[in-house]
Amino acid sequence: MIIKRLLAVLPVVFGVLLLTFLLVHLVPGDPVEVMLGESAPMADRAQLRAELGLDQPLLTQFAHYLQALSHGDLGRSIHSHQSITEMLLTRLPATVELALLALLIAISLGLPLGILAALKHQRWPDQAATLLSLTLAAMPSFWLGPLLMLLLAVWLGWLPVSGMNEPASIILPALTLGFGLAAILMRMTRASMLEILSEDFVRTARAKGISERQVVLRHALRAALLPLVTVLGLQLGSLLAGAVITETIFGWEGVGRLLVESIEKRDYPVTQACVLVIALVYVLVNLATDLLYARLDPRVRFAS
Amino acid sequence: MKLLRNFTSYWPRWVLAFWLVLVCLSVLIDLAPDRISLEHVLLPPGSLAWLGADDLGRSIAARLAAGAGVSLMVAVLVTGVTLLTGTTVGLLAGYYGGWIDRLLMQVTDIFLAFPGILLAIAFAAVLGPGLGNLMLALCLTSWVGYARLTRAQALSLRERQHVQAAKSLGAPAWRIMRKHMLPLLAAPLVVEATYSIAGLVIAEASLSFLGLGIQAPHASWGSMLRDGVRYLLVAPHYVLAVGLSLMSVVLAINVLGDQLRDAWDIRRAGSD
Repeated sequence: MIIKRLLAVLPVVFGVLLLTFLLVHLVPGDPVEVMLGESAPMADRAQLRAELGLDQPLLTQFAHYLQALSHGDLGRSIHSHQSITEMLLTRLPATVELALLALLIAISLGLPLGILAALKHQRWPDQAATLLSLTLAAMPSFWLGPLLMLLLAVWLGWLPVSGMNEPASIILPALTLGFGLAAILMRMTRASMLEILSEDFVRTARAKGISERQVVLRHALRAALLPLVTVLGLQLGSLLAGAVITETIFGWEGVGRLLVESIEKRDYPVTQACVLVIALVYVLVNLATDLLYARLDPRVRFAS
Repeated sequence: MKLLRNFTSYWPRWVLAFWLVLVCLSVLIDLAPDRISLEHVLLPPGSLAWLGADDLGRSIAARLAAGAGVSLMVAVLVTGVTLLTGTTVGLLAGYYGGWIDRLLMQVTDIFLAFPGILLAIAFAAVLGPGLGNLMLALCLTSWVGYARLTRAQALSLRERQHVQAAKSLGAPAWRIMRKHMLPLLAAPLVVEATYSIAGLVIAEASLSFLGLGIQAPHASWGSMLRDGVRYLLVAPHYVLAVGLSLMSVVLAINVLGDQLRDAWDIRRAGSD
C-alpha cells in the first residue's frame, strides 16, 4: 500500500517538474528580452541566454534542469545573481512559521465550532456557525486582511500594521490565513460529526448509559476526526498558496512575497523555483497525510 | 415569518440582479469611471460621490460598476470555456477507460498538484499582464474540477442499461456521450459551475490584486483593493466599498449554489 502510493506520486512529481520547467518557454516572444528589457546590449542577452541554457535544444535543457535540481541547485537570480536555493532557504522559515500558526488558529477555531454546530443541529448555534463559515468563505485574504488590519491595527491599535519587526507582527497575517481555513474546517467537522452521530455505535454507546460528554468526546469525535486529517493535508497546501497574497499585504518576507517580487522584476528563474517548491511541498504533505490516514484508520490499514 | 423565509431564499437572486442591472447600466450610460478629478482625491462618501473617490479623484461607485462588469464577464466566459473542455476530457476518460483514462487523469493529477491559485499566478506571470492573458491563465487551470467530476460520474453511467443498449444498437460514441450521458451529468455540473463562478470572481480579483490582471486606467475589483490597501490609513472607505461589493457577489453566488444543490439533491464531495 505504502509502496503503491509512493510509486503513484512519481509521475506527478515528474509532471510538476516538466510543467514548471516549461513555464519560461511560455513567455511570449524572447524570454531573455522580456527579462532584461528591450534596450539590453546584445552581449548581455547572449550571456544570459547561455547562462540559462536557452540556446540549447529543449530536451538537453530539461536534462540539465533535472541534473542541477538533483544537486539542490535551482539556478541564480537574474537580478541579484544570488543562489536561488539560498534565497528560498532564508525565506522558507518565515512562511512555515506563518502557515503553522494559521493552522493552529484554524484548528482551535474550526474544530470546536464544527462540533458545536453538529451537536446543536438546526438550532441557533448551528445556524450562526454556518453563517459565519459562509461569510468567511466569501472573504478572500486580500479583503479579510485589510479589514483585520483596519480593525485591529488602525482603529484599535492593538497590533502592528505590517512588516516583521515585532513578534506580534505575525498575528495579523496568521489570523487572515487561519480564518479562511477555519471556515472550511468548521464545515467539514460539522458534516463529519453529523454523519457519525447518526451511526449505530453512537446509539449503542448512548444506550449503555455513558454520559453525553463521553459519547461525544470518546466515541464520536475520534471517528469524525479521521477524515479531517486528509482535509488538513489538502488545506495546508492551499495555505502555502494563500500565503502568496497574505504575505504581500502584510510585507511578510516569506516565499510567497519572494514569488510576487520575482514576478514584478521578471526574474523568471526565481518565479519558477518558488512555484516548484510550493508545489512539491504540497505534493509531499498530501503524500504524508495519505500515509498517516492509512496508519490511523484500521479499515484502510487492513484492506490492503 | 413567511416574509423572512422568502427573504432568506431570494436574497442571493436580488443581490445578483442588482449587480447585473448595475453592469448593464454602466454599459448603456457612461458613468465616467476613468475620469480623473484631482480636487476630489480620496473624498469620503458624501453628496459629491456616493461612495467617495479614489486616489485620483475618480468615483468609486462608477469604478465598482465597471469592475463588476469585468469580474462577471471573466468569470462567466472562463466558466463557459472550462466547462466545455473539462467535461469533454472527463467524458472521454470515463467512457473509454483504459490508457486514455490513465493518460488524461495523469494530466489532471499534475494540474491538481499545484495548490489553489498558484498555477494561475505562474501562467499569468509568464504570459504577461492583461485581460486576455488573465483569462487564458484561468482557463488553463480551471478545467480540472469538471474533468474529475465528469469522469467519476461517467464511469458509473457507462454501465447503465440505457447506455449499454445504445451501444449495442451501434450508436456512435460521441452520440452516446452527448445524448445518453451528458443530460444525466447536467445537474451536478451546473452546481459545480455556480461555485466555480464565485471562485473565479475571487481568482480574477487575486490576480488583478497582484498586478497580473487588467491594467490601469481600467477598473477591476482586485486592482482597486490593492490601491485601497495603500490608502487604508487615510481613506478606509475605499477598501470597505470594494471589499463589501466583492463579498456580496461571492456570498450570493455560493448561497445560490447551495440552494441549487439542495433542490437537486446532489451530494458534493466535501460538503454537508
